Amino acid sequence: MTATFVGMPPFPTAARAALEDTQLRHNLAHATGTIRDKRARVVAEVEDWEDLRTAGAAIKDATLANLEQHLVQLEARLLEQGAVVHWARDAAEANRIVAGIAKSHAVDEVVKVKSMVTQEIGLNEALALEGIAAWETDLAELIVQLGDDLPSHILVPAIHRNRAEIRQIFLERMAAAGRPAPTDLTDDPAELASTARLHLREKFLRARMAVSGANFAVAETGTLVVVESEGNGRMCLTLPEVLVSVVGIEKVVPTFADLDVFLRLLPRSSTGERMNPYTSTWTGVTPGDGPQEVHVVLLDNGRTRALADEVGRQALRCIRCSACLNVCPVYERVGGHAYGSVYPGPIGAILNPLMHGVGEDAQTDSLPYASSLCGACYEVCPVKIDIPSVLVDLRAQVVDAHRGGVPPVTHLAEAVAMKGVAATFGSSRRLGFAERLVRLGTGVAQRLPVATPWTNARDVPKGPPESFRAWWKRTDGGRR
Amino acid sequence: MTARDEILARVREATTAAASGAYDRPAHVRTPGSVDLFVERVEDYQAVVERCSAASLSDRVQAAVEGCSVVVPPGLGVEVPDAVVDAGLSALELDQVDAVVTEATVGIAETGTIVLDHGPGQGRRAITLVPDRHVCIVRADQVVADVPDAVALLDPHRPLTWISGPSATSDIELSRVEGVHGPRNLHVIVVED
Repeated sequence: MTATFVGMPPFPTAARAALEDTQLRHNLAHATGTIRDKRARVVAEVEDWEDLRTAGAAIKDATLANLEQHLVQLEARLLEQGAVVHWARDAAEANRIVAGIAKSHAVDEVVKVKSMVTQEIGLNEALALEGIAAWETDLAELIVQLGDDLPSHILVPAIHRNRAEIRQIFLERMAAAGRPAPTDLTDDPAELASTARLHLREKFLRARMAVSGANFAVAETGTLVVVESEGNGRMCLTLPEVLVSVVGIEKVVPTFADLDVFLRLLPRSSTGERMNPYTSTWTGVTPGDGPQEVHVVLLDNGRTRALADEVGRQALRCIRCSACLNVCPVYERVGGHAYGSVYPGPIGAILNPLMHGVGEDAQTDSLPYASSLCGACYEVCPVKIDIPSVLVDLRAQVVDAHRGGVPPVTHLAEAVAMKGVAATFGSSRRLGFAERLVRLGTGVAQRLPVATPWTNARDVPKGPPESFRAWWKRTDGGRR
Repeated sequence: MTARDEILARVREATTAAASGAYDRPAHVRTPGSVDLFVERVEDYQAVVERCSAASLSDRVQAAVEGCSVVVPPGLGVEVPDAVVDAGLSALELDQVDAVVTEATVGIAETGTIVLDHGPGQGRRAITLVPDRHVCIVRADQVVADVPDAVALLDPHRPLTWISGPSATSDIELSRVEGVHGPRNLHVIVVED
């Protein structure tokens, strides 16, 4: 695997390249349109949906407010139930822990449940350096891994690929990774899925160690939860002897009963189903059933930085459903790669700066601007993360981080423009003059150097033939 | 300082100004589960569903696994002729078996979900995963209305598997396709008296 997000250009540059890819735009429009309709249909079925969202947000907020207590309780319960608990300050530490467990069992391969957190820490690449192969077993992750590609969506990392491209990847790449695809493979989705089934089955049956994430970790009982569709998660969680779960510290919920809120919110928001095909829960080791050695790695990696941000800490409520990606007009057009992170879309535009900090690199600093602030993400968020407000606050943080230095040209231009706007709107005479200029000015605006970053990507609407104030003056408010 | 102590210290520092941790859970009105709705919702997932009386259960189960090699968990309440009773079969051995017959712990009407807690009559997690056909017996009185009713009945200290239809994926153009790694055929038999 050579694909990496490291060194990605800032969002506007990456977005421009993505916008020119018509195949990508077609694939994304089709996929996000499909999922938006499905979500809307099943959400409409739930009478108390708004109450559920409020409860989801409240449970997460309460947990975060007392996170230390919940983490200590989670650790104690896990230990009581026979699990081994590790703590990792950052990606490198987490990767070392997982590699160490693999080496202690002398395994040279692990099977993986789809997990955002292990992508975030670059676990596969770290294991590869130690000579350990990490096989992705989720269908979309398999497509990305075989294609030496990057994930572009939280739920469906291969959303940018259509069925014909997937067929090609299977035909060309499966043989090198194990059981080859049949030569007469068509692009029928059922046939593609069945090919993945056969390819991965031999890996499931022989694997001695699995790595997973967790959707939820229950402090009161030490229970971990994985929500999935294909059964690859069940295979990994059940068949190997050793299971290692890497869990972000924000995944904690206080009680087992709290799960009912999230198990109603998550499937409807993410795949647009009343319930996902499979949900597995396990509490430490169950004698005689499943892995007899269970490890849990509790990971910080920037989460405490986000937690300290009073406006931004709500981003840690996120349950990774990806509804905000599917409704975002920006994401729908540019896709996930332009965000330069495993967390793309509106949630990525806030999570990345919150976890990494602003003022460090141009790519992260560009993300809070990757939005029109339309608010669609906030409306669909199952845990009511006010993404637009966090974006605005982060923009202020980016500007503050650059104050004293030379601000980036787009932000400087915005500051100058806003000063001009304030002067114009502040005076009725100047406003009247400006309105007369609008009709002349729309064409010119496209070519003004100061406005190009804005106008290049947008069509400026035509000015009206007459302003409201001019009409009022001419007709005396419609009386003549 | 250990990683544990350092992370907990960072958490403490980050949350000193956070608001209190109280929250209200939404009141859930418990209603009896509708078997009609349960059947309709399970069918929506492209599973096979049938309803029968306790007297005809044995015949229905035999018909559902006709021509298949079958594994059953210890403690199954119905006789399945020629079935192997699981006594720790390996994954490779289970891969040679066509079908599994189990009971369940709870059925959820609203979402068409079956929950297994892998106790007697349900067996180890692996036996309901590797064979390609899962025949699952649900008693009508095990059907509850919605997810909160199910969560209230379940024991978190047991491994739990929530099953909503056969294995499926939406990873190709976000259209649902049935049949990936888990059992591709889910056959639910609801027993009513």
